[in-house]
Amino acid sequence: MVKRENERIPVSQQAHIVDKPKDLTTIGGTISVQINEKKITVPLGTTILEACQLNQIHIPTLCHHPDLCIAGVCRVCVVDVEGMRTLQTACSFPITSPIKISTSTQMVRKARRHIIDLLLSEHYGECYSCFRNGNCELQNLAKEYGVDNYTFGHVETPRYEVDNSSAAVIRDMNKCVLCKRCVRTCIDLQEVGVLEAINRGHETHVGTFLDKPLADVVCINCGQCINRCPTAALRANDPSDEIWAAIDDPKKHVVIQTAPSPRAAIGEEFGIEPGKSFTGELNTALRRIGFDRVFDTNFTADLTIMEEGTELLTRLKKALVDKDQSVKLPQFTSCSPGWVKYIEHFYPEFLDYLSSAKSPQQMFGALIKTFYAQEAKIDPVDIITVALMPCAAKKFECNRPEMVDSGFKDVDYGLTTREMAKMIREAGIFLPEMPKSQFDDPFGDASGAGLIFGATGGVMEAALRTAYELVTGREVPFKNLIIEPCRGFEGVKQASVKLENCVEQYKFLEGVDLKFVVAHGTANAKIVMEMLKKGELNDVHFVEIMACPGGCLGGGGQPIPTSAEIRAKRAEAIYEEEASLPIRKSHENPHVNYIYEKFLTDGPCGKLSHKLLHTHYTKRGKYIS
Amino acid sequence: MESIKTLNKKRSGPVLFSEYKLGEGVKKALELGRENILFELKGSGLKGRGGAGFPTATKWMLTAASNSDKKFIVCNADEGEPGTFKDRVLLLEYPELVFEGMIIAGYTIGAKNGILYLRGEYEYMLKSLEDYLESLREDNLLGNTILGKKDFNFDINIRLGSGAYVCGEETALIESLEGYRGEPRNRPPYPVNTGYLGHPTVVNNVETLASVPHILLKGGDWFRKHGTDKSTGSKLFSVSGDCEKPGVYELPWGTSINELLELVGAKNTKAVQVGGASGMCLPKSQFHRVLGYEDVATGGSIMIFNESRNMLKVLKNFMKFFVEESCGQCTPCRIGNTKLLEAVEKIEKDDFTFLYINNLKELGRTMQVASKCGLGQSSPNSFISILENFKEEIFGSKGKGRKNG
Ligand SMILES: Cc1cc2nc3c(=O)[nH]c(=O)nc-3n(C[C@H](O)[C@H](O)[C@H](O)COP(=O)(O)O)c2cc1C
Ligand code: SF4
Ligand code: SF4
Ligand code: SF4
Ligand code: SF4
Ligand code: FES
Repeated sequence: MVKRENERIPVSQQAHIVDKPKDLTTIGGTISVQINEKKITVPLGTTILEACQLNQIHIPTLCHHPDLCIAGVCRVCVVDVEGMRTLQTACSFPITSPIKISTSTQMVRKARRHIIDLLLSEHYGECYSCFRNGNCELQNLAKEYGVDNYTFGHVETPRYEVDNSSAAVIRDMNKCVLCKRCVRTCIDLQEVGVLEAINRGHETHVGTFLDKPLADVVCINCGQCINRCPTAALRANDPSDEIWAAIDDPKKHVVIQTAPSPRAAIGEEFGIEPGKSFTGELNTALRRIGFDRVFDTNFTADLTIMEEGTELLTRLKKALVDKDQSVKLPQFTSCSPGWVKYIEHFYPEFLDYLSSAKSPQQMFGALIKTFYAQEAKIDPVDIITVALMPCAAKKFECNRPEMVDSGFKDVDYGLTTREMAKMIREAGIFLPEMPKSQFDDPFGDASGAGLIFGATGGVMEAALRTAYELVTGREVPFKNLIIEPCRGFEGVKQASVKLENCVEQYKFLEGVDLKFVVAHGTANAKIVMEMLKKGELNDVHFVEIMACPGGCLGGGGQPIPTSAEIRAKRAEAIYEEEASLPIRKSHENPHVNYIYEKFLTDGPCGKLSHKLLHTHYTKRGKYIS
Repeated sequence: MESIKTLNKKRSGPVLFSEYKLGEGVKKALELGRENILFELKGSGLKGRGGAGFPTATKWMLTAASNSDKKFIVCNADEGEPGTFKDRVLLLEYPELVFEGMIIAGYTIGAKNGILYLRGEYEYMLKSLEDYLESLREDNLLGNTILGKKDFNFDINIRLGSGAYVCGEETALIESLEGYRGEPRNRPPYPVNTGYLGHPTVVNNVETLASVPHILLKGGDWFRKHGTDKSTGSKLFSVSGDCEKPGVYELPWGTSINELLELVGAKNTKAVQVGGASGMCLPKSQFHRVLGYEDVATGGSIMIFNESRNMLKVLKNFMKFFVEESCGQCTPCRIGNTKLLEAVEKIEKDDFTFLYINNLKELGRTMQVASKCGLGQSSPNSFISILENFKEEIFGSKGKGRKNG
C-alpha cells in the first residue's frame, strides 16, 4: 500500500542491484546463460545464485540471507565467470549478458576452502561447547568443504569480551564471522541501526555506538539479528538453568504459559517441516518436564482484546461524544515489547497513542500471582511464572521495573522457542511423539481470536471480531469470521469496516467507518509513525504494530533459520488451528467472562484491571547515557 | 617542506610537463564537440593512470551513453599508494590541466557537477585549489554557459578524504562521498551506470584527466607517437628510495627499469618495487623489463632498494600496511593479509616449514582472485614476488625451515 521512498539505506547496497524487467517477453527480458555445461534462460538481472538455486546447483553461502539485501563480503559463493580476471560472487552478480559460469573449478573449490579456513582460524571456541552445534552455517561449510584441520592456525585466546549486558541479546564477537547479517537486519530490515562495523582491517568488528554495552544503546531487543546470525555470535539470554532449578525445587510451584507462535514453530527444532502446530504435544511435554501448570497465553490475549477494545471504545466516545481534544487517536496496540521499546526510543512524543494495556504475557504474570494464587491457595512467593514466547524482547519486558503489579515480579522468566526445545531435548523427550493434552484450569483453552495474535494482523482481526459485535450486536460481516484485509504479509495494510445499526450504548458510532492499519517489522512501523506525524492517520482509529517481520511467528526467539516461506508456513499452521476451534471470539471465552465475574469485578478497564493489566511507558529518546 | 620545494622546480616532459596555456583545452573541446572528443580520445589510446589501466575513452563513452538526468565526474586525488606523489605535483603545479580535464569530461558525458576527491593529507592545498577554482569561475571556465557555449553549465567542488587508503578505490571513494564507511561496492553494476548517489559516474585519476587537454589540442595520433603500441603516451613516475635524484619524472611508456635507474642515479640497486605496496618487486635479473601495460604495469610508483636493504623487512612493512588498510569487509583480505604478515614474522624468527610457506603463497593466489576489490586482489603481489625473487636472501640461511620442509 505505502510506497517506500527510494532512499539509500545505510549499509546495504540494495539500491545497486539491477531491477528485473516487468515484462519478460520483451527483447532482452530474459538471457540465456551456461552454468556448468547446462544452458538455462533466466530473467535479466537474476543473480548467479538465484539462477543456480532454480536449477538445483548448490552454491555455498554465508553472508547471503533471503530476507536481507546483498553484501558480497564473505566470498564463499565465488564462481568462475568465463573471461573475467577474478572469481565473482554468485550472490551479488546480476546476469545481464550471456555469460558462461563454472561453479566448481579447482580454483573455485580452493578459494572456498581457503576462505572457510581463514574464518575458522579467527573463530574462537569449539563446536562441541557451542549452542549452535548442529545448526551452524559455519560448521556446515567446514563440513561441506572437508576442512578438518586448521591450516592457518586457530585463535587460542578470546579477542573480545562477551557483552551480556542486555536482558535479551548476548553478543560474543569471538564467534563472529563478520558476515554483517546482523548489521543489515538491524539497519535495513528493522531500521533501528544499533549495529555497524567499527574500525578497519584486522580490527574490524561489529559494534554499537561507541562500543557501548547493548543494554545502553537503542536496541529494541527484537532479536531479529539472532535469527539471522549464521553462528553463535548472537544469542538470546537463556534462563533455562534458573528454570530447571525452580522445577527441581519442591517448594516452588512452577507454571508456564505458552504463546501460539512457539507452538506453531517448535516442531522445526525437532526436524519437522515448518507449518505444523504442536500445542497438545507441548502441553504433555511440559508436564513431563515438571511444570506444575500449563496455561495458554491466548487466555490473556482474549483479555487483551477486552481491555484494549474497551479502551478504544472509550477513546472513541471521548473524542466523538465528549469532543475531548486531548484524546489521542488512532490507538496503537502495545502487545509487542519490541515495538514498545521502539516507540519509546524513536517516537517518545507519541507514547500517548499507545494503548495502556499490557502485553498478554505480562497480564498473565500479574493474574497468576494474584487471581490464580488465590484460587489455587498457593502463596505467590512460591510461584515461579515462566513464559514461553517467540520473542527476545519479552525477556526485557518481564524485567522492566514497573512489571511488579502483583506485588512480585509478575513474570519471572521469558523463555524462547529455541530454549524450550533445548529443555525438552535435555529431558529426553522427542516432542512430536508426545500424546496431546489440554491446558490447565482455571484459564483453560482460549478462543481462536487469541491464537491468531501470532500472525501480523491477528490482533486487529481479533479486536474487530469483538468490537464489531459489541457495537452492532452482529458478527463481523466476513465469511467464517476471516477478516481477509488483516491477513497476509504486506508491510503496511489499511482497511475499514462500516459500523451500522449500532446497539443503543454505541449509537454514537452509527455510520462510522472504523479504519485500521496493520504493520509488522519496525521498518514498517517507522512508515506508519511518519504518516502519523504528517497527519495522514487522522481518520484512522486503530493501529496494530508488531516489531518482528511477520508478527510474533517471526519473532527473535523462534527456530533458526527464518525466511519468508518459513514464516508463511507458520502462519498457515496458526490459521489452520484457529479455524478448527469451537470458540473464535474473545468475548465468548467463558474463562474470560468468569474472571470478570469473579475477580476483575469492575469490568474491563476497571480499577483492578487498571492496576494489574495496564501499564505506563518511559520516554527514552535516542540519546541515552 | 624542503622536499616539496625541490620537487617544485621547473619541469619538462613530452606531454604533461610541456607548454600549455590556460583555457585552450576547453576551448578546443567545445570546438570539437562530444563525438570528436571521444574520437580523439579513443585514437590516443589513453588508459587510466590510477592503476587499473581501463581505456578512458570507453569509460567516458559508457557514461555518455547512460540514460540519466544526472551524471558526475569525479577526479580521484586520493593518491594513497605508498610511494606515489605525482598527483600532488600535478595539482600543485598544473591545476589547470586537471580541472580542464574535468570540465572536458563533464562536457563530454553530460555532467553538470565535478568533484575533486582530495587526499586528506593534502588539506594544505585546499585553500589554493579553491582559489584556483574561483579564478576559473571568473574566467568563465566554470559556471553557466561556459565560454559562451549554450546549455553547458558545469562546476567543481572539492571534498576531502580522511586518510583511508581504500578510499582511493573508486567505489569506496563513492561510498565515502556519500557519507558512508569507505567500503568498496559489489561490481557489477559499475560506477559508469550506478555511481555517486546512484547516478552514472566517471572516476578518473588526476593524471588521466590532466592528459586530456593535451590530447585534444595536439590530437590522438600525436599522443600515440609517445610510448608503445599497447601503452600509448607518457607516464609520470614517482621515484623514491635509494637514488640520487628522487622525484617525479615524465617518461614515455616503454622505458626500461635499467634506463630509469640510470636517469635517477641509482647505484647498487638490488630491487625495484614497481606499483607501490600493491605492485611487484623486481630483482636485478629483471631490470631489462619495460614499464607499460604489456609488461610491468604501474600507477607510477617506483621504489628503489639498494644492496644494503633487507627484503624481508621491506615485505613486512608492506604487509603491515595492508593489514591496517584493508577495509575489513571481505574475508580473504581481512584475514588473509594478517596470515601473510604472520608468515613474514615466522620467517623472521626462522620458525616455519616450506609447506607452510607454500600454503600461504596459495592463499595469496586465492586472495588475488577472490577478494572483493583491488586492495585484497593485489596485496599478495609483493608477498609472492618478494619471496620468489629474493629466495636466496630470505631463505638462504634459514636452516630450520629446510629441515622441516
Ligand atoms: C586499494 C585501491 C586504492 C586506489 N587508490 C587510488 C588512488 O589513490 N588514486 C587513483 O587515482 N586511483 C586509485 N585506485 C584506482 C581506482 O579504483 C580507479 O581505478 C581509478 O581511480 C580510475 O581512474 P583511471 O581510470 O583514470 O585510472 C585505487 C584502487 C584500489 C583498489
Ligand atoms: S558458532 Fe558454529 S562453528 Fe562456531 S563453535 Fe559454534 S557451532 Fe562451531
Ligand atoms: S535485537 Fe533488534 S534492535 Fe537489537 S541489535 Fe538486534 S536487530 Fe537491532
Ligand atoms: S554477529 Fe553474527 S550476523 Fe553479525 S556479523 Fe557476526 S556472524 Fe554475522
Ligand atoms: S579486498 Fe580488502 S579492501 Fe577490498 S573490499 Fe575486501 S576487505 Fe575491503
Ligand atoms: S554469500 Fe556471496 S559473498 Fe557471502
